[in-house]
Amino acid sequence: MPQTVEPAAEREAERPVRAPVTEPAPRRRKFPTPYLLIAPALILLAIVLLWPIVQMVWYSLTSFTTRNLLPNQPGPAWNGFAHYQSLLTDPEFWAILRNTVVVCTLMVGITMVLGTLVGLLLHKLPNWFSGIVALGMMLAWATPALSASLVFRWLFLPERGLVNVALDGLPDWLVGDGWLEYNWFLEPLSLFSILITVIVWQSFPFVAVSVLAGLKSIPHELYEAARMDGASAWKAFWNVTFPMLRPLFALLLVLQIIWDLRVFTQLYILANSFQNKDVYLLSYYIYQQGFSASPANYGMGSAIAVVMTVMILAVTAYYLRIMIRQGETR
Amino acid sequence: MTATDDTTRPAPRERATGSAEAGGAGRSGRARRRGTTRRLRSVPLYLAGVAVFLFSVFPVYWMVITALKPVGEIFTRDQTVFPRTPTLEHFDRVLNGQLIPGVNFWQFLGNSLFVTVAAVAMGAFLSLLAAVAVARFRFRLRTTFIILLMVIQMVPMEAMIISIFINFRQLSDVSGMQLLGNLSGLLIVYTAVSLPITIMMLRGFVAAVPKELEEAAAIDGAGPWTVFWRVLMPLVAPGLVAASIFAFITAWNEFIVALTFLGRSTDNYTLPLTLSYYFGRFGTEWGPIMAASTLLTIPVMLFFLFVQRRMVSGLTMGAVKG
Repeated sequence: MPQTVEPAAEREAERPVRAPVTEPAPRRRKFPTPYLLIAPALILLAIVLLWPIVQMVWYSLTSFTTRNLLPNQPGPAWNGFAHYQSLLTDPEFWAILRNTVVVCTLMVGITMVLGTLVGLLLHKLPNWFSGIVALGMMLAWATPALSASLVFRWLFLPERGLVNVALDGLPDWLVGDGWLEYNWFLEPLSLFSILITVIVWQSFPFVAVSVLAGLKSIPHELYEAARMDGASAWKAFWNVTFPMLRPLFALLLVLQIIWDLRVFTQLYILANSFQNKDVYLLSYYIYQQGFSASPANYGMGSAIAVVMTVMILAVTAYYLRIMIRQGETR
Repeated sequence: MTATDDTTRPAPRERATGSAEAGGAGRSGRARRRGTTRRLRSVPLYLAGVAVFLFSVFPVYWMVITALKPVGEIFTRDQTVFPRTPTLEHFDRVLNGQLIPGVNFWQFLGNSLFVTVAAVAMGAFLSLLAAVAVARFRFRLRTTFIILLMVIQMVPMEAMIISIFINFRQLSDVSGMQLLGNLSGLLIVYTAVSLPITIMMLRGFVAAVPKELEEAAAIDGAGPWTVFWRVLMPLVAPGLVAASIFAFITAWNEFIVALTFLGRSTDNYTLPLTLSYYFGRFGTEWGPIMAASTLLTIPVMLFFLFVQRRMVSGLTMGAVKG
């Protein structure tokens, strides 16, 4: 690309304006201008984001550690597929992978169902009321991940957190006792429950507002017709709403999966340490290998990153299919 | 689409019955009773709406309220939903004290503002150029470029964090510039990260500007730069604002890159990093932590209200149209 840029600049300077006026067709032949325009963005993307993806694959096949970053040290040594081999035979990794998949599935599932229900609800409520509810949801949506995680940690804090205090105030026959001192952040089940709550809290508004926008685009007659045919609300949803909004749902699903697979900040605050491997998710594991383990194991971290990227790319392929079908690439 | 064909047909029938009902409004007893039933039936809907509202708002409310409570009301089992004696002491401590020894809040705010605003400005400029290319020209690598953007947008920073870190260390060595431990590396990464979504959002706005306008200006003797600044820019500006705010929010909230790039260089910390650092060292000081969280949230909230609608359409890009 960079080679084509140089002559392009000169030719562009020679006849800048006339071409589009006389006939639009020559634009097709006049390659330089568009390449000149995308060049800065493309070069930056290539250096900052594309090259590291290539590097990541390469590092995962080497024994790259902090030592190799020191001056006057040899580069990382070729290591073959040793990292992948040890990953695949490591029950710890499989547990983390399984947790990631389960937690992500729950996050996405709950977010989609809750978001859709809320979208339907907003559609049914009168405008003034749904406007207020939507405004409230906007607050949840806009809260930075870090602030949200800190608030939830404070809500579920042993001894003084509001949730613990409230659960302790409830009669023991209903919820059991010992809630006041209960530490939610030690065991995977309770920690992941809070993590899922934070993520759902932050992401359902986006789904709800998107679904609401979609619902408004469906002609009202379709529902009246369905009602005349004796369809229940349930049937109307599956036979009218869902087919009409299928592309939207597919897109929301893909975006949610990708956003929830990468969750890091929330876990970083909620778990608040790297000591308990039971509460790791893939992204957390990558960071731990690269920046918290001593010595840092860049090779192993990259291998995990490759696994995660492959998962993401599989979902992205589906996303691309939707986009291409909708003509977004045209 | 087939649903449309099958189900629109009975619609006229429905309209006919509807008017018949309206005509018989004189027998109001039954109609009124039906209205009451309908209203009663919508009560659960309203309750559900209230529940959703409370669920959404409560954590934010709790954050702000905790920030306004005196220490005595935070360090107790007796948590109240309203502060008994609201105080600004925590905000005062965050704004005027030192969150990290030797550095005060304003410096961190300055770091955050500088890196986000500069990244957004550079990103907006580069994106606009690319968006013009994609929207206005047909060229061989165009589709490849668009697909590349979509893929890059999806591969998360969390997966690439190790290789990006090493990449910037090597770039520092090669160029002789210090890119880690200060804001320059962050600036470059945030600019690059903002590009894909900004280009995709701007593309639609550029395409919506009628080509004839530019051609008319060109006939009147305007050079390409004049056309760009005087014709295209004013029309694309709303999209540029929306995309920029979107990029601003992303960069403002960004955490993991700042965490790895800045390391122990606390002078250069951005606000999220400061907050996390403070939480790590003074994990029990919930008053200041919540006050700082509130301060971190406010700019995002304001921007959010501003671009809310465009945000949805920008992210789902045309899917709503069906």
